[in-house]
Amino acid sequence: MSAAKHSFLVPHALPRREFLKAGGALVIGFSSAGAISDALFAQESAAARGATAGPPDPKQIDTWLAIHSDNTATVYIGYVELGQGSTTSLLQISAEELDLDMSQVGTVRLDTNITPNQGGTYSSSSIARGSPAIRTAAAEARQALLQMASKKLGAPVERLIVSKGVVTVGGMGGESASVTYGELIGDKQFNLAFTGSAPVKPVSDYKLVGTRPPRNDIPDKVSGKYVYLQHLRLPGMLHGRVVRPRGQTAYGSGAKVVTLDESSIAHIPSARVVRRGDFVGVVAEREWDAVRAARDLKITWDIPPALPTSESVYDAMRAETTRDRVVLQRGDVDAAVRDAAHIATGHYRGPYQAHAPFGPNGALADVKSDSALVICSTQDVYATRNALAGILGLKPQQVRVQYYEGSGTYGHSCYDDVAQAAAILSQLAGKPVRLQFMRWDEHGWDLYGPAHVGEVRAAADANGKIVAYQYDGWHHNWSAVETSAQLALGTTAAEWPDGAAQMVNPSDCGGMYDIANAKLVNHHVPGMNYLRAAWLRSPLDLSFSFASEQTIDELARQAGIDAYEFRKRNITSDRWMGVLDAVAKASKWDVTPLPPASKLSKEKIVTGRGIGLGTHLTSYGGAVAEIEVNKETGKVRVKRMYGAIDAGLAVNPAFIENQISGQLVQTASRMLLEEVKFNKTNVTSLDWNSYPILRFEECPEVVPIVVQRLDQKSTGAGEEVMAAAAGAIACAFFDATGVHITEFPLTPKRVLAALGSG
Amino acid sequence: MAGEIKIRVNEQVHSVAADPDTPLLYVLINDLQLQGPRFGCGLAQCGSCSVLLDGEEIRSCVTPVSAVVGKSVTTLEGLPAWYAKQKKLAKAPELHPVQQALIDEQAVQCGYCFNGMIIQAADLLSKTPHPTETQIRTAMNGHLCRCGTYPRVIKAIQRASHAMSAAAENAGPDELIAREIPAAEVIR
Repeated sequence: MSAAKHSFLVPHALPRREFLKAGGALVIGFSSAGAISDALFAQESAAARGATAGPPDPKQIDTWLAIHSDNTATVYIGYVELGQGSTTSLLQISAEELDLDMSQVGTVRLDTNITPNQGGTYSSSSIARGSPAIRTAAAEARQALLQMASKKLGAPVERLIVSKGVVTVGGMGGESASVTYGELIGDKQFNLAFTGSAPVKPVSDYKLVGTRPPRNDIPDKVSGKYVYLQHLRLPGMLHGRVVRPRGQTAYGSGAKVVTLDESSIAHIPSARVVRRGDFVGVVAEREWDAVRAARDLKITWDIPPALPTSESVYDAMRAETTRDRVVLQRGDVDAAVRDAAHIATGHYRGPYQAHAPFGPNGALADVKSDSALVICSTQDVYATRNALAGILGLKPQQVRVQYYEGSGTYGHSCYDDVAQAAAILSQLAGKPVRLQFMRWDEHGWDLYGPAHVGEVRAAADANGKIVAYQYDGWHHNWSAVETSAQLALGTTAAEWPDGAAQMVNPSDCGGMYDIANAKLVNHHVPGMNYLRAAWLRSPLDLSFSFASEQTIDELARQAGIDAYEFRKRNITSDRWMGVLDAVAKASKWDVTPLPPASKLSKEKIVTGRGIGLGTHLTSYGGAVAEIEVNKETGKVRVKRMYGAIDAGLAVNPAFIENQISGQLVQTASRMLLEEVKFNKTNVTSLDWNSYPILRFEECPEVVPIVVQRLDQKSTGAGEEVMAAAAGAIACAFFDATGVHITEFPLTPKRVLAALGSG
Repeated sequence: MAGEIKIRVNEQVHSVAADPDTPLLYVLINDLQLQGPRFGCGLAQCGSCSVLLDGEEIRSCVTPVSAVVGKSVTTLEGLPAWYAKQKKLAKAPELHPVQQALIDEQAVQCGYCFNGMIIQAADLLSKTPHPTETQIRTAMNGHLCRCGTYPRVIKAIQRASHAMSAAAENAGPDELIAREIPAAEVIR
């Protein structure tokens, strides 16, 4: 697909050449190094698609794909590429059903005027929820194409064979009549209802699904030609920056402007202040002027000391009057504990952690009186459109949202906040605005993964059979109002309603084991006097498994049984057993009761290994961690990690291996280093020094394992081994030291305190 | 106020109207419209904005544009030509060997940090053609990756090192040390 087809960088779908003639000085990527080869995101030459506000009708085949005269296809996908490769995987599925090869399929970026609404790209569900429609639409399009070919070639459909989009009549021998998809329909619409009735290929016929074609975005990402959100420019635009207190305040209190001295930036003539309520920003023609103006602007804020501080947050949450909900109840935990041979209890704590995208979020907005274009890195273009419409006083259909990939987001970072802020700036300035968050904006005003307190009680009989399990979890819900809306409109802070990813998770909390008596209770902490929160990759699961898997290990220790063996005795699901066995085998786990006395030596540096299970909402994760603990310095090193995921049918096992590898490294980072610090008024973790993450020198070796299940539906693979890995690291610490670590991250200070009390 | 400043970037001299204190990064991305260097922290903490200045990796987000006058800036876009000049190749390859190795290893996830990763790795390999794993980790330690691609980046740098010496000595590559150790896919 040639770059000439591409018109997507250009707002309002102007063909690219016309746009260049129309001539903003700064149009992304048309640099001295040459025009962008943005072939990955092909675009139909016809301007018709995208002329009106979406979402396009999901009941039409044309919504999902187009066949071009050069015998290629564009597939319209409602899931965003976040660096996980799911775009390529979904194209593999389409190409499979259409009998095309990978070089013949492409896609476009998400756009509320173009792409279908498949809901947001949440919960690692692109393949699980995205693929059914894409697979069946492709199958149905193929069926329609074969009917056209049948007429053209004068042969019944049953005799037609397709390879790479070339339809031939089978069984003819020698020269046979043929026609391509492109010749049959080339750039014309199908005008066909999408019924979902076409049969899809049986797994046994797959040629592409389950194989390992390379990611289609990687060549441009290493050459520098890939267009990230941060590269975009609009003609006539201003650069914007927000001005906020350094580090967020309590969610319920926001921040009030007390004094604002506009003359303090008079030395930067091109810059000016824009303000709506307590939302303050600056705009300037040159980016550095905007940065300097935001830095130099004299402003004072009223910030009530409403936060509990990062040190006392756990006690504060535990002391709140909570709204309690029994998530699961089975049998009689109290009675089973009374009669049990072994009992383990524990109180565990996990901190607020930040998404901390490597490149801060940005957005571009061009807001006019009756329309708006907003380009951002949202996980859900349609949800973002609705929120923007409310803030701008427009109808959703008057707002067009386009997605461009930014740096990895791992959940709900500041992408909506920055989009709303850019839109407000543009509306106030009366010009297009490009807003880039500064590092302290992104770190300091993130919607963090919430802090959590978990209390676990479990019991086993004399044979090592777990008979009772109880998990009580304390945390608050996610924040429903973005900071920009809160400051600009005074919108009252509100939490999300309860949902599976905000509650004690039955899959992580004992769900992998067969336990007759179980009780899980979610204690909802009211969130107004805490930090802003949202989903962070594998929401709450690291905290759950940190608490739960250490409790399981404690039962194993009391029973005198090896940690792997103990888990095997308590699992009947072959899916869980599959990932457990996979990591045990890969790590050459030798069955030894834990912790062996040899490990509890007087040596300064001790080593340990741990095995853990966990997931998010679907799929199955297993992990082994091998660590080293320096008992004098308190320094923990994760030396090697093994991770296995069973995500059903793995469409592209290579991408899942890459995902597993990243999840293991990110989990090591989150377990050893990451915690958001705050005092009574503000967050103080504002950059990579005050919020350190794992670096090259500390990075473990990793072994990713995909458990391929050709007979099972595809489920998520972007986060499902993190909980298992968190549990494995905690259990390895126990193996090395004989001490359960009750709070993460495992910083030297915390480790020394734990060893002192151990 | 902003006057004309002449800077040499990727062997071309550009005249830019910028305040001398403007960090080089903003000039590269806005005035020169380059896509390699990119904003990450503005604090020289992450390596997102890295460029080579006379062959040394620097952080363009904290380097005033006036400080590079009379020197030579190489960005990701100019890296293959810079490599060709170093190696006295007749023609610049399409990609620096590190870039090719990152593709071969499928090392990328979101890829935003890879500008800095590639610049730093090219700097390392130009000075230490056969780095040990420890040397790689030390040299790369100032570059962060939030996606956790470090194991594959280490492997890719080793691969590039072998490819570069193979090209020079016309010898086959040695066996690579794998930091991400492939385990067989388990099919059930």
